[in-house]
Amino acid sequence: MDLLEYQGKQLFAEHGIAVPSGEVASTVEEAVAAAERIGYPCAVKAQVLIGGRGKAGGIKIAANRAEAEQHAAAILGMDIRGPRGEGPFRVHQVWVEGGSQIASEYYASAILDRSEKKLLAMVSRRGGMDIEAVAEEDPGALVKEHIDPTRPFTAAVARPIAAAAGLDEDVCDAVAGVLAKLAEVAAGEDATLIEVNPLIVTEGREVVALDAKVTIDNNALYRHTDLAEAEAGEDEDPQEAMAREKGLTYVKLDGDVGILGNGAGLCMSTLDVVAQAGGAPANFLDAGGGSKSEAIVDALEVITSDPKVTAVLFNIFGGITRCDEVAKGIIEASRQIDLEVPLVVRLDGTNSEQGLALLAEAGIDGLEVEGTMLGAAKRVVELAKERAPA
Amino acid sequence: MSIVVDESTKLVVSGLTGREGSFHGLRNQSYGTYLAAGVTPGKGGQDVEGVPVFDSIEESVKEAGANTSMIFVPARFAAGAIEEAVESGVHTVIAITEGIPVLDMLRIYWKAKEVGVRLIGPNCPGVLSPGKANVGIIPAQFFDPGRIGVVSKSGTLTYQIGNELKQAGEGNSSIVGIGGDPIIGSDFIDVLTLFEADPETELIVMVGEIGGDAEERAAEFIAAEVSKPVVAYIAGFTAPPGKQMGHAGAIISGSSGTAGAKKEALEAKGVRVGESPTETARIAVETLRGG
Repeated sequence: MDLLEYQGKQLFAEHGIAVPSGEVASTVEEAVAAAERIGYPCAVKAQVLIGGRGKAGGIKIAANRAEAEQHAAAILGMDIRGPRGEGPFRVHQVWVEGGSQIASEYYASAILDRSEKKLLAMVSRRGGMDIEAVAEEDPGALVKEHIDPTRPFTAAVARPIAAAAGLDEDVCDAVAGVLAKLAEVAAGEDATLIEVNPLIVTEGREVVALDAKVTIDNNALYRHTDLAEAEAGEDEDPQEAMAREKGLTYVKLDGDVGILGNGAGLCMSTLDVVAQAGGAPANFLDAGGGSKSEAIVDALEVITSDPKVTAVLFNIFGGITRCDEVAKGIIEASRQIDLEVPLVVRLDGTNSEQGLALLAEAGIDGLEVEGTMLGAAKRVVELAKERAPA
Repeated sequence: MSIVVDESTKLVVSGLTGREGSFHGLRNQSYGTYLAAGVTPGKGGQDVEGVPVFDSIEESVKEAGANTSMIFVPARFAAGAIEEAVESGVHTVIAITEGIPVLDMLRIYWKAKEVGVRLIGPNCPGVLSPGKANVGIIPAQFFDPGRIGVVSKSGTLTYQIGNELKQAGEGNSSIVGIGGDPIIGSDFIDVLTLFEADPETELIVMVGEIGGDAEERAAEFIAAEVSKPVVAYIAGFTAPPGKQMGHAGAIISGSSGTAGAKKEALEAKGVRVGESPTETARIAVETLRGG
């Protein structure tokens, strides 16, 4: 789960990383009141999970009350697209914070490197811009160092990283301290990515985190329940929201062939063979191991609620999952839901004969059985094409 | 021979008194795996269908001679159970549980390295050596004993490929599910090393998916260290960046971790990559039979 800037800054503050003082606001009135308390100049910053907010007009500096009101009114409710066209993300909250006198802009991060099975600490003297672009044009400006997981990562251990980045000598200790704290945030908060861009040096030579990008491991949310609340407020695709409520693993895609598979790998593979057959998958839905019939009903409901879907493929290889259970789910779903699209079903593995017999007996309109994964993919693509809007 | 589990495996199951743990633990036993013990703290002295239950894994090692641990406890307690297993005296730990926090696994990974324990998983279907032992949830009926080693990030995809191999008349030395999490105890390279050394294995099928760079690293390793033919399959060509496809590790971040890049890396090192599970099985059979 990605945190909004203000949530990340609150975590930073809890762990002793300096951040500008600020307040979160959901209305123009709240934003103005916050600005009045904080003083001017102050920054009014859109709280959305996307980079490039400044360029999109989502960050403005207010010199007085009138400007604070004007900026808050403009930013709250605006739709922001990411640099690669992601979104749009609607702004529901702004973060109002005190203005900073910036002498230098650095970059600091701690990111889980799954290949090395270590945290990777990174520092650059060229912060405040797209760090990937910096890494490309001036690789020497980005210093990377893995953190040894078997010993404490203290400021003293981090000091050489800061020094190697060519930072101003007088702030190396402070930046090393921030790096050590980032590792502490990672361990304490189950953060797999923490990025501070920019990490500024103020005119008064203080090192302050001016932005915060933090990703928390979803598997660990149970022990960070205070953060978990923010997730529900995010903008979400209607099918993805429905799937989440039903406890299904569903990802919306752009195509028209609805897909249900069991197991993440087989489901991904199903999308691939459908694409190879010339079709466009509408979704990823992993019904999971040991799929019971209720889960199948839920899954079909989610898939067919997407208006783009014109045909659905069931690709089940029963291991722990029993094909007769899946067949019962399909039959049950055909009774409960008014299925307007054809279903192509491929059932193989555990109890597949029983499952296929049940389906044959039920005689569901618009349901076709295919014997192989490739055959089923081909057939569902044909059906989707026949039914595609002209 | 075979790898990781075989006739010498003496299994202890953490979570044997739970519903899933007892179902699969006893299923492994009925396949022929020697089920030495179960472990549930506070339930020591009880038994599950005659299998003794201990309070700790260490006790099961001392009292029942357990040498391989299977972790089947809920996600919140699984990291603790794996850590306990790593320090208990068993030589192999197979963690089935899904949903373990990744930074817990980071810590445990290095602990296991330090102690010298082989860790498989988490979030994996386990290891099956057909005709010898099954530890985990792999449905054994789709696999016959034979000469193809399989290493895979995905469970059901492996069953699909295994079944096609079986229909073509080929069997397996061992099937190792390494799991789909970002940090796993044993990677493709670890398992390829074992298959390379296993005289019974004549060909290796490697099943990968999007996310991370384990497949790319494996490609380098295969070129340098593996003399046996390797056939690969990669799932997730149609996966969009930034979306997690079921497995916690199956996510394309930026431009890295794509299926296309993995296929290219493998083919550049002479590894044939099947377009579908069906084609992968066909290539494996063809290669074995010199076709």
